[in-house]
Amino acid sequence: MARTISVEVIYRGIFQKTLAKNICRGIVLAARKEGKIGIAFGRYGDSPERNGIPAKNFAIVAPNEEELQLSMAQYEPEQTDVTINVDDMMCKGVESWAWYGLQPINQKIREQGTLIVTSMLPAEELIKFCHTKTHPYRLAVLQAIPSFSGLWVYKDDHTDVRILGALPKVCPELVSLDSVLAAIKEEWKDDLKAKSARRSFEQVTARTVRPGEGNPEVPYKFDLPGWKTMREGVTIDGIRLGEPIKFGDEIGGYRPARNPYFKKFSTRTMRPVIDFDKCIKCTLCWLQCPDSCFDVMPDGTYDLNAEACCGCGVCEAVCPVDDCVTMVNEAAFGDNKSQWEMFKTDKAGYKAWVDAKIAHRPERSHGFRYLGQYQEQVAKMGPAAGTPEKGSAGPGGRKQMGAGAEGGEE
Amino acid sequence: MDGDAATAVRVAAAEQEALISGSEAVAVATRLADVDVLTAYPIRPYDTLMQYVAKQIANGEQDAEYIVAESEHSQFEIAKHAEAVGARAMCGSSGVGWCYAFEAIAVTPALRLPLVAMVGNRALDDPGAFGTEHNDALAARDLGWMHVWVDTAQEALDTTLIAYRVAEDRRVFLPCAISTDGAFLTHSQTLVKIPPQVWVDEFLPPYNRGDLRLHPDNPITIAPQVNEDWLMEIRRQTDEAMRNARGVIEEAYRDFRRIFGRGDGNPFFEEYQTDDAEIVLLGMGTLSMPVKVVIRKLREQGQKVGFVRVRWFRPFDYERLGQLLSRFAAVGVIDRDFSMGSPFNSGVLANEIRSVLYGQDRRPPVVSFIAGLGGREVTIPAVKEMIEQTRRAAETGKTPMDTQWIGVRA
Repeated sequence: MARTISVEVIYRGIFQKTLAKNICRGIVLAARKEGKIGIAFGRYGDSPERNGIPAKNFAIVAPNEEELQLSMAQYEPEQTDVTINVDDMMCKGVESWAWYGLQPINQKIREQGTLIVTSMLPAEELIKFCHTKTHPYRLAVLQAIPSFSGLWVYKDDHTDVRILGALPKVCPELVSLDSVLAAIKEEWKDDLKAKSARRSFEQVTARTVRPGEGNPEVPYKFDLPGWKTMREGVTIDGIRLGEPIKFGDEIGGYRPARNPYFKKFSTRTMRPVIDFDKCIKCTLCWLQCPDSCFDVMPDGTYDLNAEACCGCGVCEAVCPVDDCVTMVNEAAFGDNKSQWEMFKTDKAGYKAWVDAKIAHRPERSHGFRYLGQYQEQVAKMGPAAGTPEKGSAGPGGRKQMGAGAEGGEE
Repeated sequence: MDGDAATAVRVAAAEQEALISGSEAVAVATRLADVDVLTAYPIRPYDTLMQYVAKQIANGEQDAEYIVAESEHSQFEIAKHAEAVGARAMCGSSGVGWCYAFEAIAVTPALRLPLVAMVGNRALDDPGAFGTEHNDALAARDLGWMHVWVDTAQEALDTTLIAYRVAEDRRVFLPCAISTDGAFLTHSQTLVKIPPQVWVDEFLPPYNRGDLRLHPDNPITIAPQVNEDWLMEIRRQTDEAMRNARGVIEEAYRDFRRIFGRGDGNPFFEEYQTDDAEIVLLGMGTLSMPVKVVIRKLREQGQKVGFVRVRWFRPFDYERLGQLLSRFAAVGVIDRDFSMGSPFNSGVLANEIRSVLYGQDRRPPVVSFIAGLGGREVTIPAVKEMIEQTRRAAETGKTPMDTQWIGVRA
């Protein structure tokens, strides 16, 4: 008997808004071809969306109106049959607003449900980023670069229809390929799009992720106060003053206190790497950082607080020294540890680490860095245009690709 | 076209289905109703209406004056003046935006201007919150505006057409506010039937302001200063118009059913499984979804429970509602609003229901609940809890003297 099926799309606010909406509308319209009904909606709490901050859209398909009612007048379903992540770096978890905490990318996936990720990384690399689950689920990697555009423009690169094409493969209960193709032809009136969907259906494969496989960290979360314990007058505690930093015998500098309820790092697709030996202590990164991510260290250099950094790249842009602050693809990092402490502990080791991280510019970036890059990357995304080499992509390698917020090619 | 030919055209026309939100459905209705003047000022969640109207105009689907005002106050003033010269107008707002227009809102009924407005229900700031709460629309409950609540996008579209028909009836000539729950209706896309133009044209005659039209050929003065020797008669006129609206609403729904083939026999409130019900819950808007789900579940277990959803809050069908409710052993009223310091510390609706029942020979206990404020989901367990408390009141025959807050953290 047909049952209600829930799909969520986790996307970068604004940059992928239209993409997420297209996918969810496409699901409901395709299911309609089979006489089912559905609802497509965004998670209201994510709105108004801000650039790059993780957000969610949902499509819920039910056999009839009564079944669908259970999923209406809600912000999000309790569980998903399919979760779609359209920027692989969100595998590290997502945080949209304060008080939500960090939500694992696979948080809502039911047992044997599927996580679809658009990525050029192999499944094994992505699983390392995803938080562990206590039940098995499946992971399907759709070879694609993150499709980013803007508030007023949409880069029509077929990511939407490629994901729609993958759905009947990973969740045949949801909708058939024929219905997806029919809906695509009706909604977009474009045979090429239907062809992309079919190709994606043929290519996509899924593997099982076992219980306990992945990132074992417990994501941070908060308890919300009750009406008797909450401050009155719609007030919250202000952020107090910071304090000097102690590291071994060294005491000095300044670390501002930060909002403990909103860390923002899941917005990041790139991260600054700092070469402390090159730092001239000009203060510009510290001064210009919109999120006050930099701490003044006892030696007068500036260290990045990677929990507070949203990866905007202003520090790199204002730094007057070559290769002192360099933005690097977030895929190259497994944690949020202090770079300065690494530097103080093992200077030679740190130098080698920095060099390795920044060696591959300009391809190092999650985003676009040069004209023609997109065309090069598209050629690698499917067998029709050349079979991609599997498993050869490592952090910083040539396959660290994506369409970035900078949007040089929109 | 003679009568038979017109009927043939109407029968041959078919509805089309679209995947749109509640606000988008209202926007489609303004196109079908050939609204002349749309005034706009952005505030979430109402803004989804103005965005879709703008899109329809940009796509060449809708022909209307679209005026973005510099505030909600001007927005409502412009729409009001457009109505005075005989133009069909639409505006709307949400939360404190609606409050900011309050001077214009307050003067519109006495001038007998049949303006239709969509209220995307939203919590009043502070704190800044976007979720649904009915206090915004209810703040204007006593002024001579008609108020109707809907719970699906389809009902939003249909009710907008009905609202023009009722408001523009010469016996009424009063403004009408259509309340749509923020997020659950305004930001959720469902499948909506869009009626053909010929049906709408048959249902909705052109707006004819007659002798009240402000025009050089019909020199009149609107809203001169008056003293105590005039005002009470003016109020009584507005009161009479609101009384008349009850019958006009019935006529409009009868006609709507005849032409569109859908709609409830009783315009004022929806009865869900009330025929043999022992106890009922009562509320407005989209909380109907979880309530109906629970009622079906409990019915499977043999519990005789039902639900009454109030659509028209002004005019209130107190006679029929009083007769209906007096049948039950207890009534649980869910307010998605508050009225601080009111009798029993209830919300607005609960005290209306107590008042409705006072004249009845049989007066069942009224259990008053406040739930879902600020858009908090009214969950399945919350509905079960409310039914349980209502059942206890039925068993003891006692009305609890205080209001229960459901789903609030202590």
